[in-house]
Amino acid sequence: MRLICFLLGGALFGAGLARSGMTRPEVVLEFLRFEDLGLLLVMGGAIGVALPVFRLARRPLLGGAPEAFTATLGERRWLGSVLFGLGWGIAGVCPGAALASIGTGNTPLLWAVGGMFLGAFVQGRFRLLAPAAETGATDA
Amino acid sequence: MEALFPRGVLPYLSGGLLIGAGVALIFILTGVRAGASGVLTSTFSWFSRRPIFEALRAERAWRGMFTLGLLLGAAVWTFGFSEPDRTTVEPMRLLLGGFLVGVGTRAARGCTSGHGICGLSSLSRDSLGHVCLFMGVAIVTAQAMGRLLP
Repeated sequence: MRLICFLLGGALFGAGLARSGMTRPEVVLEFLRFEDLGLLLVMGGAIGVALPVFRLARRPLLGGAPEAFTATLGERRWLGSVLFGLGWGIAGVCPGAALASIGTGNTPLLWAVGGMFLGAFVQGRFRLLAPAAETGATDA
Repeated sequence: MEALFPRGVLPYLSGGLLIGAGVALIFILTGVRAGASGVLTSTFSWFSRRPIFEALRAERAWRGMFTLGLLLGAAVWTFGFSEPDRTTVEPMRLLLGGFLVGVGTRAARGCTSGHGICGLSSLSRDSLGHVCLFMGVAIVTAQAMGRLLP
């Protein structure tokens, strides 16, 4: 049941990425070159829904307690976001959009997805930019 | 408005609302703030016994389902209400960019959805720092590439 929630939520998320065109690197690169600022509206729309829900929802309907936001605990790893920005600027892909784009049949994006998994493996395997003590921290 | 949003504002706003609805649904039901990049690491816990991947066993199933949902939802929209598109960005550029995105988002422990949507919606100041940083670097990179390449 819990897993079905993630499937449904992911499906809404994926439909939104496809609806907004964020699954297309061209549209993202146009934003980064200031030719079409739509990406800001996508983020604003998503935050406009998520922020009040994060504030107001007290108790998960399936039980337990709401998870704290833990992705920023521990040492700040700014260099990671510098590398992410470089990759985002080069290819116009970020993780959610690249994964969803496979569902849209945009098969060349498999190169980007393959690169992302490879990069994540190398980062984890060699603990790049990550203090060894932090291995168990939960991520966003 | 036409200059800022040549495709209009509706696709972007409605897409953003759908994305927010997905994040909100998961949070209301399970209490989890779901980002997309975690699956890139947690998936390796199926194959590797290294502690850094093993530590993610508890989240690998939901991250896999969330990712499956991303693909299915995008497929339903595209083939039901729109049409497929084929990118003209070169494979080597996608591979290199993807690799940097993989290393970077996992080192920073969040991406456009993890730090961007979930972090900002949690009013995290560090996430705001990450978003400004990766968006700033991406803008400079994309503009520089636009000038250097034809």
